[in-house]
Amino acid sequence: MTSHTLSVLVENRAGVLSRVAGMFSRRGFNIESLAVGTCEEPGMSRITIVVNGDDAVVEQVMKQTNKLIDVIKVSDLTERESVERELALIKVAAESGPVRAEIMQIANIFRAQIVDVGTRTLVLQVAGDTDKIDALEKLLRQYGIKELVRTGKVALLRGSKTVKSSK
Amino acid sequence: MKTGARTLIEALQREGVDTIFGYPGGVVLPIYDELYDSSIRHILVRHEQAAAHAADGYARASGRVGVCLATSGPGACNLVTGIATAYMDSIPIVALTGQVPTALLGNDAFQESDITGITIPITKHNYLVKKAADIDRVVREAFYIARTGRPGPVLIDLPKDVTMGVVDEVSSPPPAEISLRGYQPTYDGHVRQIDKALDLIARAERPLVYAGGGVILSGASTELREFVETAAIPVTTTLMGLGAIPGDHPLNLGMLGMHGTQAANYAVTECDLLIAIGVRFDDRVTGKIEAFAPNAQIIHIDIDPAEIGKNKKVDVPIVGDVGRVLRAMLARMQKHGDTANWVNRAGTWKAQFPPGYRDDDRLRPQYVIQQLSDLMKGEGIVTSEVGQNQMWTALYYCFKRPRSWITSGGLGTMGYGFPAAIGAHFARPGETVVDVAGDGSFQMNIQELATVAHNNIPVKVVILNNMYLGMVRQWQELFYDRRYAYTELSPVDFVRVANAYGVEGIRVEEKAEVREALETALGHDGPFVLDFRIEREENVFPMVPAGAAINEMIGVRQP
Ligand SMILES: Cc1cc2nc3c(=O)[nH]c(=O)nc-3n(C[C@H](O)[C@H](O)[C@H](O)COP(=O)(O)OP(=O)(O)OC[C@H]3O[C@@H](n4cnc5c(N)ncnc54)[C@H](O)[C@@H]3O)c2cc1C
Ligand SMILES: Cc1ncc(C[n+]2csc(CCOP(=O)(O)OP(=O)(O)O)c2C)c(N)n1
Ligand SMILES: [Mg+2]
Repeated sequence: MTSHTLSVLVENRAGVLSRVAGMFSRRGFNIESLAVGTCEEPGMSRITIVVNGDDAVVEQVMKQTNKLIDVIKVSDLTERESVERELALIKVAAESGPVRAEIMQIANIFRAQIVDVGTRTLVLQVAGDTDKIDALEKLLRQYGIKELVRTGKVALLRGSKTVKSSK
Repeated sequence: MKTGARTLIEALQREGVDTIFGYPGGVVLPIYDELYDSSIRHILVRHEQAAAHAADGYARASGRVGVCLATSGPGACNLVTGIATAYMDSIPIVALTGQVPTALLGNDAFQESDITGITIPITKHNYLVKKAADIDRVVREAFYIARTGRPGPVLIDLPKDVTMGVVDEVSSPPPAEISLRGYQPTYDGHVRQIDKALDLIARAERPLVYAGGGVILSGASTELREFVETAAIPVTTTLMGLGAIPGDHPLNLGMLGMHGTQAANYAVTECDLLIAIGVRFDDRVTGKIEAFAPNAQIIHIDIDPAEIGKNKKVDVPIVGDVGRVLRAMLARMQKHGDTANWVNRAGTWKAQFPPGYRDDDRLRPQYVIQQLSDLMKGEGIVTSEVGQNQMWTALYYCFKRPRSWITSGGLGTMGYGFPAAIGAHFARPGETVVDVAGDGSFQMNIQELATVAHNNIPVKVVILNNMYLGMVRQWQELFYDRRYAYTELSPVDFVRVANAYGVEGIRVEEKAEVREALETALGHDGPFVLDFRIEREENVFPMVPAGAAINEMIGVRQP
């Protein structure tokens, strides 16, 4: 069982997300994260899905996804050179001065930004690969994480290679 | 300028639609009003489920796309079982549903149900049309998607304001071309894969063809026959593949799987090369999957890449249309192995272990089917319900042609056969259509007696009446200590029920009366119901118990 990052190019139509997500849950495929948004092609969206399974499962996932009429192209980026990023917002308790200073220092090391300063909390924004965000989260846990949200991973191939409509 | 409803009817006509099976209601009134004086024939069923099954039967009998129509909410929901049935067996139908006006969508409006949401998992694709100008394009795409590639049902949901809206033919003419960048099926097999397959075939000593519904859907029976004859390879078919090669062809070992023949199941277990053609390694076929074709390399030809390797690892995958791939294989085949011994061996199994039953003076279902088969001579169309009746027909009827056998295999929908027979009649009006029914299944769409009476549709219903949900009772007998929990049905006088609807019928209680009764029904120029009171606790054998390997059959002669 390994994590695979799939890049899925779809028609930007009502219901396309529920077609894709529904197919995954119906067939018992495990989604670790899913991120969707518009992309460079007008009328299309790109979904990045992280799915867990052995090779045979992932092959089925890709074939079944490809079968959806609104899916234009599916690529597995896992074994290929790619950039993968995720963004998280973390609201952490920061009551006292020294704690604030410590948190800001940690933020600095992780190149996280402080995007909100409350009387008792700070909100950090961090972008990076999954491990980096996991590590930051772990460090901040000692101060008390009040709320946390992650976008799910997005990914692109490195260099001039692309995942385009050629299907 | 014309209305959306008018546009719809014209678009359907352009697709060659001649018959629609449907049931009206509030939001489809604009469509019905246009249908009223169009050239398209509308058959009013008595339950929307029957409309979907009839469209499906029409498609299976003809190879064309079947069409059904229902109103929103309850009407659309009643189609669901029929759509799922078509989906599981890869049957091309287009289901049209009315919907509440777009302004009310999502409001829990009167008779609103999210039918596109509901049917995502059971359609190849579906559409909610938001404006009248889209109707032409959507209809074209829907028919194209339904009938091409791996066929399947497509649903079009039509809000009332869309069908009542106006379309300007000048600014939005019907599309000339379909372009779907997310849908491009592969039809031609890869030459290198084909050569790899031919190489395995040339070297095989005990090759076996396992052919299924894909052969029928592809219209490739002639190619299949030429292929197995040229290479001298025995064939077994799935339930869905019956008729792909004549039942009495010397190389045909009959059906494989849970209720397959001994010859077929032994051949699968012993073959050294399994050539799977238009099949999907269903669990009813494979039994314990690790023990399925344990000594064989596998070639798999299928138009749907997702079927390849889904249940069983294959050695040579070939994605493409069965007909085209077999033609390419025949053209490129240089030699084939010497299979004479193996063909002999399979032939011996077939001769030694035909499906059998006690042929005494009792009225047994197998005998009824054999007599029917004898009278039909491979002509016409037989549909079935689900259960023992279906399996006896599969085992004892000799299907000689493709599209002469219409049954719900994947979903196993009781109540399918009778409305499917109605659909088959409209696809091939001159031919005899018989529904082999169980007493339980027939009661699931028995209201369609009104449809056949009203339109004088000459469908014959052969009820194998055991007053049980026989297939379930069989399992209870064998695996639940004969505890017949809620599987006994009360006796129904089907002849009187038929008569009440205006349909003729006969009850048959003696074996000696079987042939004459069948002749009477087949000779009658209208619908007819035959109520055969068969041996109540007759079982279907051979049978592979759940979880066993397919050569471990019970109820058979031991080799
Ligand atoms: C009570 C009951 C008992 C049953 N017992 C048995 C049994 O003993 N034996 C048995 O065989 N079945 C049995 N069935 C049926 C079983 O459930 C399946 O429906 C059936 O085995 C599937 O048949 P198939 O593999 O031919 O595939 P189908 O469902 O007919 O699918 C067709 C395949 O062909 C492919 N295809 C479609 N078009 C093309 C084309 N143009 N070119 C190439 N490929 C194409 C599709 O992608 C698909 O993979 C039983 C059903 C019931 C209800
Ligand atoms: C709609 C539906 N409900 C339940 C079943 C489960 N089931 C499979 S076979 C069967 C019994 C069918 O009885 P009958 O139609 O009398 O046929 P028989 O087996 O007696 O020939 C049942 C209940 C089914 N296949 N379809
Ligand atoms: Mg019964």
